[in-house]
Amino acid sequence: MSELTGPMIMTGRALRLNWRNIDALITALILPVMLMLMFVYLFGGAIHTGTAYVNYVVPGVLVLCAGFGSALTAVRVCTDMTDGIVDRFRSMNIGGVAFLTGHVVASVVRNTISTLLVFGVAYAIGFRPHAGASGWLVAGGALLAFILAISWLSAVIGLVCASPDAANGATFGVLFLPYISSGFVPIATMPTWLRGFARHQPSTPVIDSVRAHLMSLPAGHSTWIALAWCGGILVVSAAASAVLFQRRAARG
Amino acid sequence: MTNDLAIEVTGLRKSYGKHAVLDGVDLAVERGSVYSLLGPNGAGKTTTVRILATLARADAGTARVAGSDIVADRAAVRRKISLTGQYTAVDAAQTGEENLRMMGRLAGLSRAEARQRSQALLDQFDLADSARKRAGSYSGGMRRRLDLAASLMGRPEVIFLDEPTTGLDLRSRQAMWQVITELAASGVTIFLTTQYLEEADQLASQVSVLDGGKIVADGTPSALKEQVGGQRLDLVLASEADYDEIGRRLGHRVARRDRASLTLGVATDGTGPEVRLLLDQVDPGRTAVRSFAVHAASLDDVFLALTGHSAAQPGSTDGLTNDSTDDPTNDSTSEEHAHV
Repeated sequence: MSELTGPMIMTGRALRLNWRNIDALITALILPVMLMLMFVYLFGGAIHTGTAYVNYVVPGVLVLCAGFGSALTAVRVCTDMTDGIVDRFRSMNIGGVAFLTGHVVASVVRNTISTLLVFGVAYAIGFRPHAGASGWLVAGGALLAFILAISWLSAVIGLVCASPDAANGATFGVLFLPYISSGFVPIATMPTWLRGFARHQPSTPVIDSVRAHLMSLPAGHSTWIALAWCGGILVVSAAASAVLFQRRAARG
Repeated sequence: MTNDLAIEVTGLRKSYGKHAVLDGVDLAVERGSVYSLLGPNGAGKTTTVRILATLARADAGTARVAGSDIVADRAAVRRKISLTGQYTAVDAAQTGEENLRMMGRLAGLSRAEARQRSQALLDQFDLADSARKRAGSYSGGMRRRLDLAASLMGRPEVIFLDEPTTGLDLRSRQAMWQVITELAASGVTIFLTTQYLEEADQLASQVSVLDGGKIVADGTPSALKEQVGGQRLDLVLASEADYDEIGRRLGHRVARRDRASLTLGVATDGTGPEVRLLLDQVDPGRTAVRSFAVHAASLDDVFLALTGHSAAQPGSTDGLTNDSTDDPTNDSTSEEHAHV
């Protein structure tokens, strides 16, 4: 078996499990859309951002999407780990990288689809980005980097947690992070003590970069800071997952 | 190293914290044989299998499986073995066929080979009708068979079966035995753990009894039976009161209890004088014993004689084992076996 066959088969498996679990899939796709509608129509009128609120909020919702997707990824990994199937894979010499790559790729695919869905609905309710090709490219790249990083992080959460329920709960932090960012309200409107955290956490630079590039605003250093965050999360998560998979699976 | 051995284990030790699960296990399994590791819950069976299948590391000792060292040459071992554990390792959301093909591809088969082999195994394991249904909709017995089929996709030389019939009803269990017997006939080596003596007796040509992390006996089923006298005297008693009274009086000498038929079994060499003496001791008033019979000892009797406690757990006494639930050495709630 070539080096690539294992990860490819595991990816195929994870994708198939994606489609088979319709309930979870629909939740992962619909929830971000509902949230966006809620923000735009319910809160949007009261929030002043100096622009049409839908144009302001879309990047935040997209980052929130990745958070929602992460819960499912963590649960899937944890379910496998607590099941007999991981022993089967290991006794067939399938390593942690192949196993987790499958879950991460499936997670990225799922999140990309929900991202596109949110884009579509946003456009339908008046979202009008004005970006050139390079703007779209950078915004898309930043989002993809974030989705990838969060997917690996979720895989690690799935490895660490003792049960799928615990994994679901543990992703709450990832889920909540985008709320305390520049995603939904300008940071300047937050209480002073919260602003420091809001500025210096990973979702803010991602959101700032996506927003700036889609709306042709000055992006400052946000893209680089976003990439640094994503790269950092990715490297740490990947390294941790390799070690944790061996340790966790070797128990007992 | 002899080439005739599929598994060769020396001095295997494993502790979790201060608890020694394996305390120096030696065993040898001939190529092409069915070998059974027999013992109660908590004896260390699963730990042994996990170590031999390269899923856990031993603290000490060496082992070769299918000709390769389990530590130094782990990848080679993994190519030649398969493991079917106590918990089924198939995806509920994939169909039976998809599960098999996936395992085949992971085992290095081409797409076409995986399709062919999955078809053959589905037929062989009587799953062809459900091949396109999701494994989640299978019955317990079907899922076990699918699980075993999945483990065979890569044509392993050595097959580890960790309690393959635990939790199955009698019919599914017999179907599983049938499948294992056919597998054995195809020439692979089968390493089977079980807590059912009858299972070992039915399937294995070679049995080791594991208790408290040590092998307490090994040999062929018949050799083991001879080791404890070879015969068992079954006494059918006249009343429940007699059953209770005599059961208490005989204590550990009772090798078999069956309250439903008021039968107590006692180990004996089967000779006239000894049987006569036993009957007089048990029933001096000549009213309590209604009838008696002398049988060849079962592995149950062997187990009791070797370990001082019974092998079976209540809840699994569906005609497989001879213990009834009033056996004080059984503990229905505990996962660990009841010996302290």
